[in-house]
Amino acid sequence: MQIKESSEEYDVIIVGSGAGGGMATNRLAEAGLNVAVVEAGPYFDPADPVTMTQLKWPYESPRRGANTDRVFGEWDMAYGGWEVDGEPYTQGEDTDFWWYRSRMLGGRTNHWGRISLRFGPKDFKGKTRDGHGEDWPIGYDDVKPYYDKLDKMVGVFGTNEGLENDPDGFFLPPPKPRLHELFYINGAKKSNIPVIPGRLSMLTKKINNERGVCFYCGQCSRSCSVYADFSSGSCLIFPAQKSGGQVKIFVNSMVREVTTNTEGKATGVSYISKDDRKEYKLKGKVVILAASACSSARILLNSKSKQHPNGLGNSSDLVGKYLHDSTGASAAGFIPGLMNRKMSYNEDGVGGMHVYSPWWGDNSKLNFPRGYHIEVWGGAGMPSYGFGFDANGFNKFFGTKVGGYGDTLRDDVKKYYGSVIGFGGRGEGIAVKENRCEIDPTKVDEFGIPVLKFHYQWSDFERNQAKHMQDTFEELIHNMGGEPLGDKPGKDKDYGLLEPGKIIHEVGTTRMGDDPKTSVTNKFNQLHDVDNVFIVDAGPFVSQADKNCTWTIMALSWRASDYIIEQLKSQNI
Amino acid sequence: MDRRKSIQTIILGAGASALAFHSCKNEGDAAVNNEIPAVEDTKYFGRTPKELERLEKLRAETLFNDHEMETISILSTVILPPKEPHGGPIEADVPEFIEFMGKDIPELQTTLLGGLMWLDHKSNTEFGKEFKSATLEQQKSILDTICYHDIELPLDEQALEIQFFHLMRGLTLTGYYTSKVGIEDLGYKGNQPNVWDGVPQDVLDQHGVAYDPEWIAKCIDQSTRGTIATWDEKGNLLT
Repeated sequence: MQIKESSEEYDVIIVGSGAGGGMATNRLAEAGLNVAVVEAGPYFDPADPVTMTQLKWPYESPRRGANTDRVFGEWDMAYGGWEVDGEPYTQGEDTDFWWYRSRMLGGRTNHWGRISLRFGPKDFKGKTRDGHGEDWPIGYDDVKPYYDKLDKMVGVFGTNEGLENDPDGFFLPPPKPRLHELFYINGAKKSNIPVIPGRLSMLTKKINNERGVCFYCGQCSRSCSVYADFSSGSCLIFPAQKSGGQVKIFVNSMVREVTTNTEGKATGVSYISKDDRKEYKLKGKVVILAASACSSARILLNSKSKQHPNGLGNSSDLVGKYLHDSTGASAAGFIPGLMNRKMSYNEDGVGGMHVYSPWWGDNSKLNFPRGYHIEVWGGAGMPSYGFGFDANGFNKFFGTKVGGYGDTLRDDVKKYYGSVIGFGGRGEGIAVKENRCEIDPTKVDEFGIPVLKFHYQWSDFERNQAKHMQDTFEELIHNMGGEPLGDKPGKDKDYGLLEPGKIIHEVGTTRMGDDPKTSVTNKFNQLHDVDNVFIVDAGPFVSQADKNCTWTIMALSWRASDYIIEQLKSQNI
Repeated sequence: MDRRKSIQTIILGAGASALAFHSCKNEGDAAVNNEIPAVEDTKYFGRTPKELERLEKLRAETLFNDHEMETISILSTVILPPKEPHGGPIEADVPEFIEFMGKDIPELQTTLLGGLMWLDHKSNTEFGKEFKSATLEQQKSILDTICYHDIELPLDEQALEIQFFHLMRGLTLTGYYTSKVGIEDLGYKGNQPNVWDGVPQDVLDQHGVAYDPEWIAKCIDQSTRGTIATWDEKGNLLT
């Protein structure tokens, strides 16, 4: 079979349509470039009634929202999960890495929590701060102008608090706290843990005439049909198309490799069409990988040629190395003060936390070097599969019997409805070279593309941090007059530290730096080895912060896009 | 009433009097922007073709025979007796839901099928008739022996009939409270467009909490939600 090659040469080929790819598409199309976007999944528009799940009731499905088909429940708007049919990955010894993928236009931005936190000045200079990891080749001041523009363009609610490492921005006003969040604020106060309004990319107010305003259904994970939350398709790619940009989208197209010429420069990509299972080639002057940190590393490592025998951009042998996810640990508590809720009002709010706690600790006095933030959940939300399974389990806290049957179960359900508060700690681990993904030459996916093999171990830094999370959660629950649910995980369970990949913030596989020997990309997300290839997902992150990565992915993608436009203008690439 | 009208009505009904759509009227189309695509065909409920195919396949399968379905119906209504005005498990399609879940999550099947056999065996031994034909008193006397599990022990280390009852009660309550009538019984008011403007005062009072005025001053003034945001160079919101 001959590979089918298109005759058109695009200015830019962008692989992946999530946060990073969407931003590059938007900026480069706006600049008048002819852009091809190659996406592994189907087309998706949150406003399409056929695929829409927003405002569905549990009884519209025979499984009432159970997660048999979609891992976060069947209303979740991500086509994918930690397991994707036909796309396996393998693990090294003692590794249990979870690799989440979302195969659709907009990628994981369609369902994510929209927590949009800027990295702070300290986050770019970890090594200087505590000797661990590596400093970024850029600092907060390099990224700040892009964060500022991003806030205004995409929209994020929050408040300017003047915190040193949680910088101010251009925020929309936040929604008022819900009942359980008031309990959290009071509980945290007793332990001197700061609480500030959440920072989420949802429109509490109009930012333009194209996107709707939040109508408080609390379902951002279902992707908003009026575009009131940020998804890459609705907020970046569609506007780029509408503003007259030349954007050609190739969906159901799984990129295999970046093609190169005899000089070693990229000439385009080859991909497999899921529709006819044939291989195609696209030509482009510039190739931008935004397929997610691990997928982009996989494409580079699979792009071997005479000029790049170790894979594209891999002369440093660091592609795939320094892989790291946010740390995560959770706990939940039963809060008697939240019992017997009056169901007189709609408290859905936005689809995420109205309040949260940024990191407050002094790591120089702790046995782990980096911090975490606390996400809070709770409330009397819409019932879904699983609701009522343990209808009167909390009776045990009152010394009354658990179980039984009959009319009293109705009262039990109502008595306890909305009386649980949960916490997610999301923190920074230290990037190490040994934590990595590499090509497993023994296995291919259903498209014949060699798959990734993961190697990942947590260190005591992360375990100690998880212990601190658990102790803090326990204290908070007690401060609220509550009872922790379940056993507190101890040392034998790594203090409940979740397996790497579970938080879905994987970064670092193509880290940036000034020295081509110790980094894969330069400070403009450009491969050291090949000047017409850029990475605009979280691969170039030198370190994760105690923040979520999306806002920084987009800020750096915008910054890299400006650089690409300038380099093309001056004919440097 | 068209959808846009109904959203407006809901929003105006839910909010404070200061909350009006003035700015929207001035700008003409904020409400239109909030128009949610109407979905007529709920058969899809947002499924992908592959997911729909699997659903159709499951729907075509049969897990329980008529007798078993009748037993599940009777048992579920003993677990959660119907109550006016929101009915009970039958009005909530609980038996159909339980059968579907048994097909959707095959790990549940042995517990469900085995537990149903246990019920009839027990009822036959004690009363000389199947569970579904026993009197309510007789049914309860059987259930009383299995409806309390040991909360100190993992469930899967307890007798099958106890696991079975626990599962049946869980599925019955989930099935009921995820149904239209069950959600009405619960009183859940969400899953519809509205404008969140804080916890009502009587609820704050009931739970002994209050809003901090300083905090509230930073929050969205919902009368300005339709006005396009602008900031000064320091990030202070101007509009």
